[in-house]
Amino acid sequence: MTSTTAMPTAASLSSPFQRWRRRFLRHRVALAASVILLLLVVIALLAPVLAPYNPYQSDWLAISSFPTAAHWFGTDELGRDILSRIMYGARLSLWVGLASVSLGTIGGIVLGLIAGFKGGWLDSLIMRSSDVLFAFPGMLLAIAVVALLGPGLNNVILAVAIFSVPIFARLVRAQTLTLRHSTYVDASRSVGASNTTLMFRHILPATLPSVVVYFTMRIGSSILTAAGLSFIGLGPEPDVPEWGNMLASSRSLMMAGAWHVSVFPGMAILITVLVFNLLGDALRDTLDPKAR
Amino acid sequence: MLSYALRRLLGIIPVLIVVSLLVFAFVKLMPGDPARIYAGPDASLEAVDAARHQLGLDQPLTIQYLQWVGNFLTGDLGIAYRNRQPVADAIGESFFPTLWLSLAAFAWSSVAGIAIGVFAARRRGRWQDYTAMSIAVCGISMPSFWLGLLLIQYVAVPFGLFATSGYAKPLDIVLPAITLGSTVAAVMARYTRSAYLEATHEDYVRTARAKGLTNRMVVWKHTFRNALIPVLTMLGLQFGFLLSGSIVIESVFSWPGLGWLLIESIKTQDQPVIQALVMLFVTMFLVINLVVDLLYGFIDPSARRD
Repeated sequence: MTSTTAMPTAASLSSPFQRWRRRFLRHRVALAASVILLLLVVIALLAPVLAPYNPYQSDWLAISSFPTAAHWFGTDELGRDILSRIMYGARLSLWVGLASVSLGTIGGIVLGLIAGFKGGWLDSLIMRSSDVLFAFPGMLLAIAVVALLGPGLNNVILAVAIFSVPIFARLVRAQTLTLRHSTYVDASRSVGASNTTLMFRHILPATLPSVVVYFTMRIGSSILTAAGLSFIGLGPEPDVPEWGNMLASSRSLMMAGAWHVSVFPGMAILITVLVFNLLGDALRDTLDPKAR
Repeated sequence: MLSYALRRLLGIIPVLIVVSLLVFAFVKLMPGDPARIYAGPDASLEAVDAARHQLGLDQPLTIQYLQWVGNFLTGDLGIAYRNRQPVADAIGESFFPTLWLSLAAFAWSSVAGIAIGVFAARRRGRWQDYTAMSIAVCGISMPSFWLGLLLIQYVAVPFGLFATSGYAKPLDIVLPAITLGSTVAAVMARYTRSAYLEATHEDYVRTARAKGLTNRMVVWKHTFRNALIPVLTMLGLQFGFLLSGSIVIESVFSWPGLGWLLIESIKTQDQPVIQALVMLFVTMFLVINLVVDLLYGFIDPSARRD
């Protein structure tokens, strides 16, 4: 976005960024999703302050309690406050989503830029490697990585990140291939810009709009994959307040007729992933109005 | 067409070779001594050494790899550590439950997804469109294992019509199939809607209208048929995702399929089973994607030239 070589007068009228911001602010869904996301981030950051109870501590007088004034979302089979666990869980889920997709995006951007810009054997090597990664269905790859490295939050992040790399590599490569011979890149090459400058200063910014859209959407699906991994017992330790963990341990109480143990953590995942998906849709609509 | 198909078929062989190397390395790097797991926790050191020799684990890695690949190609998948039964038997038993489940999920979700997508596109901008698309975006955002839990709690338990776990009668497939297909239905509804809308902007659709064709002809013969090309591709890809989705969903319903077997084997570190299952999943996934590409080339001849 900063790479456009607009005339100074045109830039002072409205830059592409300003035009995008105007479109985004007019997009009601985008605004609503941003507000909810902000709220989730605040809850995650301030969980120690906001949570009414310690998420690990059992209230032995209120085991498997339905929602009450003392425990708004009820308690689980060990008497732990579900609202507090969900608040702490927001930290884990947002962190897993953000960290894994950021790792995957950075890796994918660098590989995609190199593959698209340099071409030749490097391109073949990078693209064939991503074909191999694509041969694994996403969940299977994540399960394999966790089985190898052992369960735990950081291994889950790594497992989910690995699957994001080829997605971003392909995306960035495809755009680099077309941008490589665009007029403005040729122009700066002709005045002697180095390959690094061309790749990172001229081509990379132009790929960012679609990278941002994919990035946002991948966070949602990464949170889902991570919750699925914990649900099948390959995530963090079972007592960690992770949303997938909470759903897995809710099964016995569910069968006994408790609704709150499964409804609240599930809603937490749904709302969080929904916010990222809506935001991704809105970014796609506003960054590339043609796509709609 | 035939040479194109052959070329594509040969193209997956190098990928499979690399994948087999990765899977082999992966299993070798897994924590735990396979000979110890095979012999059992109480076995003496001599018994563990005997097991190591019996399983060929004292051979160099290259020999082990070649033996594994050779046996694999002849259908000998080794012996499971857990029950000392042939891995091929365990996989054979689990294969059909997964196949039926995936097919059932695929059938309802593709029909529902495409129908909802066309419906929403034809009522673009009206409340029906908004409702359908809101449901669809919730569908892709919802953890499907959670939907499974809710279905067990609110449908299986109160009505007693469906099993809460396992597979005893044909009706028991309904809830797992709904769960597994929900994401695919939502993805397909969104995708079909945008493919259909894109097709309505094409020149040939305007021409068809201009020459006075009935609305029905324009919709089905010109718009829908052309929108179908990307939709079919997406559908094929979704079938591959159903396979990996089944890993989690099977554990929700204790469905005795491949995914359930995989998770059990990972928990018991049953390496021959893991090795065979991962290869099987990857091969199926690659073959499905290949078939999708071939179908695509069949529908749209311009895709054959690369």
